[in-house]
Amino acid sequence: MYRYDEFDHKIVTERVEQFRGQVARRLSGELSEDEFKPLRLMNGLYLQLHAYMLRVAVPYGTLSSRQLRQLAHIAREYDKGYAHFTTRQNVQYNWPRLADVPDILKDLADVEMHALQTSGNCIRNITTDPYAGVSADELEDPRPWAEILRQWSSLHPEFSFLPRKFKIAINGAKEDRAAILFHDIGIGMARGGNGEIGFRVYVGGGQGRTPMVAECIREFLPKTDLLAYMEAILRVYNRFGRRDNLYKSRIKILVHQIGAEAMAKQVEDEFAAIQKQGDTLNVPPSEVDRILAYFAPKNYESLGDFAPETEEARLADENFARWLDVNTAAHKIPGYRIANISTKPVGGIPGDMSADDMDAVADLADKFSFSELRVTHKQNLTFADVRGKDLHALWKALDERGLASANISLITDQIACPGLDYCNLANTRSIPIAQEISKRFEDAELQRRIGRLHINISGCINACGHHHVGHIGILGVDKKGVEYYQVGLGGSSDNNGSIGKIVGPAFARDEIVDAIGTIVDTYLKQRVNGEEFLDTYRRIGLQPFKETLYDTTQH
Amino acid sequence: MILRNINNRFEFGEDAFERIEDDAPVPATGAVLVSAARWLGEHDILAKRKEPVGVWIEGDGDLEGLGEKCAQLELIVLRFPVFKDGRAYSQARLLRERYGFKGELRATGNILRDQLAFMERCGFNAFELDERIGLSQFNEALAEISVYYQPTGDGRMPVYQLRTTQASPGQARAAA
Amino acid sequence: MAQHHNQTAQTLAVTANRLLDGEVVYFTDGGSWSEHFKDAAVVRSKGDGEAMLQRAMPSVEALEVIGPYLFEVREAGSGTAPVSVRENIRMNGPTVRLDLGKQAEHPRV
Repeated sequence: MYRYDEFDHKIVTERVEQFRGQVARRLSGELSEDEFKPLRLMNGLYLQLHAYMLRVAVPYGTLSSRQLRQLAHIAREYDKGYAHFTTRQNVQYNWPRLADVPDILKDLADVEMHALQTSGNCIRNITTDPYAGVSADELEDPRPWAEILRQWSSLHPEFSFLPRKFKIAINGAKEDRAAILFHDIGIGMARGGNGEIGFRVYVGGGQGRTPMVAECIREFLPKTDLLAYMEAILRVYNRFGRRDNLYKSRIKILVHQIGAEAMAKQVEDEFAAIQKQGDTLNVPPSEVDRILAYFAPKNYESLGDFAPETEEARLADENFARWLDVNTAAHKIPGYRIANISTKPVGGIPGDMSADDMDAVADLADKFSFSELRVTHKQNLTFADVRGKDLHALWKALDERGLASANISLITDQIACPGLDYCNLANTRSIPIAQEISKRFEDAELQRRIGRLHINISGCINACGHHHVGHIGILGVDKKGVEYYQVGLGGSSDNNGSIGKIVGPAFARDEIVDAIGTIVDTYLKQRVNGEEFLDTYRRIGLQPFKETLYDTTQH
Repeated sequence: MILRNINNRFEFGEDAFERIEDDAPVPATGAVLVSAARWLGEHDILAKRKEPVGVWIEGDGDLEGLGEKCAQLELIVLRFPVFKDGRAYSQARLLRERYGFKGELRATGNILRDQLAFMERCGFNAFELDERIGLSQFNEALAEISVYYQPTGDGRMPVYQLRTTQASPGQARAAA
Repeated sequence: MAQHHNQTAQTLAVTANRLLDGEVVYFTDGGSWSEHFKDAAVVRSKGDGEAMLQRAMPSVEALEVIGPYLFEVREAGSGTAPVSVRENIRMNGPTVRLDLGKQAEHPRV
């Protein structure tokens, strides 16, 4: 993974001291809350229901074991012994004191981390495929470009006061595991006419109040042009994006209003003009090579795909067999597997992890996966490089700590935002719904029979729980101070991205889990040939679900 | 008072330009500041003026049209109607880097101390600030970050160029 | 922004977050701030509520609290309780972590 050099260290360290000064000016009264708010947000510091909340950037989801240990240390020293992994591959602390935040940032800087631009109307953390660099279906590893984008977007003088927040995702594989169609800019690695590799660029995707699937504005962009093209998009947005209405200020609204073609034209004109000015935005090849080197393939051993010890354990222990089947994925190198650690045990809080578990996972990463791990946008953790023959030992160690839930991409692998239990913007709670659903579908065999099914839960229209792209999406709505839950079906954030359709009137708090049960029953009755939920839904549509839902719950 | 960059040092000085509203006549003598729309509309007359002319561009003002002719101006004032409105950062870079404006580029309006360094990097060389920001606060704000990931028209090398020249972080500012 | 109080509410209290650590606090009869809802001053008309909020505002300038606002409470047994789910959660702590927040030190009754 990328390591800071003296320049990176200097920037991040100076930024910590800058923020220390800003906090001091707030505490002395020199800055009012109104003046301080944009400054703290630019450093990921929110004020939530019970306390401040600090969001730490995990650039494109990549962590070293050393960094994870430091995150655990921060959780213990300055917080309440746990942290929360988010859908944007970041980490949140729910209870820091304002005066401690500069010291927390200092501790982060010590391990090459920061909280830069994890909030505010600026370019947020760049996200990518958690399997980047190791999946077999990859054209090329997107992480070096994610790092180049991280650097370019950090403290960008022109783009720190955009009309609204701005999210960029990059994916290098055939399968889109970074939801690039639902970002302000989505970048997919693509092959050009001469077989060379570059980027396909999408703009204007997003969730929130007005969900939209991004439009492709450039089929192929040569690698050298990446930053110039990004500046062109951002400049068009910064100049012409709406600023009069908070809810219409994302780039998706601009793209929607002027049309993808007009957007593409404006961007291309600006891009051409930038290029005419010179080539300072072309990252020098030596610098690209320097960054590429950090992401070079690991020192893999020559192993056969078959590991007898793993096979033996698989036959002897059905729990291990299930975990192996559900939580691990193919690796491009023979004899290695990708192993996922679910943060979603039955009844657990999606994304939460205790400091002790974080330390334990860091130790396991040292032992089994080159001291590295990734945070996924489904709020889980990934060990990207596990030897097939170590899988049983890894599983045993995880299982001893209750970290071996075998539910990746199954019905209990839910995305849930913090909701009204923590969040100042939320209308309803999200986590308790996820907990109850996971208890309802606790039976491992039932989960496996249901198959791949993503339930995403948001506690308000801002859609941090990605409800629009859940196969089943749940949106909490407030009706006169009472929590209700609206259900959408058929959303998806993969290559065939789609936005879920609302199935009917919202359900009360005590009805929602039964409603999900009815939806699943309906699907199981209707499915043919082992279809997944999404296939069945796409084949039969909303109607059969409407019928069973609103007959049984008497709406 | 206007804080200006004079030979790489910032100094407070008087504003020599008289702001002329669109419905008022332009005086025959003295430096004047007029709206961009007026300057473009009355360009033939105003361009003949012997004494300096500056224009102000409102937050939503359009740059096109003005950019090509900006060399004729001594001063361009860009206003930040609220600190959150960041359009003028782009306008400043376009004026400097695309249209080659060499005169005084002045920021006015709702400006926070913590935005000054960004503004300066985008090409502003003059600031109309509220009285809470003195020279020392201003200089402090500009010195907080000394290494940059992005190239702008200010000539400072971004990190990726410094790396290839084997410079040290201390030289980032000096490269300006 | 989530609901704070509805415009017709008559029984009201004032809450805010403490500047230093963000802790939920309530404005008291004595004009200070308490971490506990039981200490909150409760008024029974909209006018009295607005007046109380005005009395609370200097604490913002004094760097004690951020963003004081009125919220609706209801009579509950011998005392009062917040009406909305949101204010109940602020009063107690996360409903999914009963070991955290105010409820951890002062278990619910």
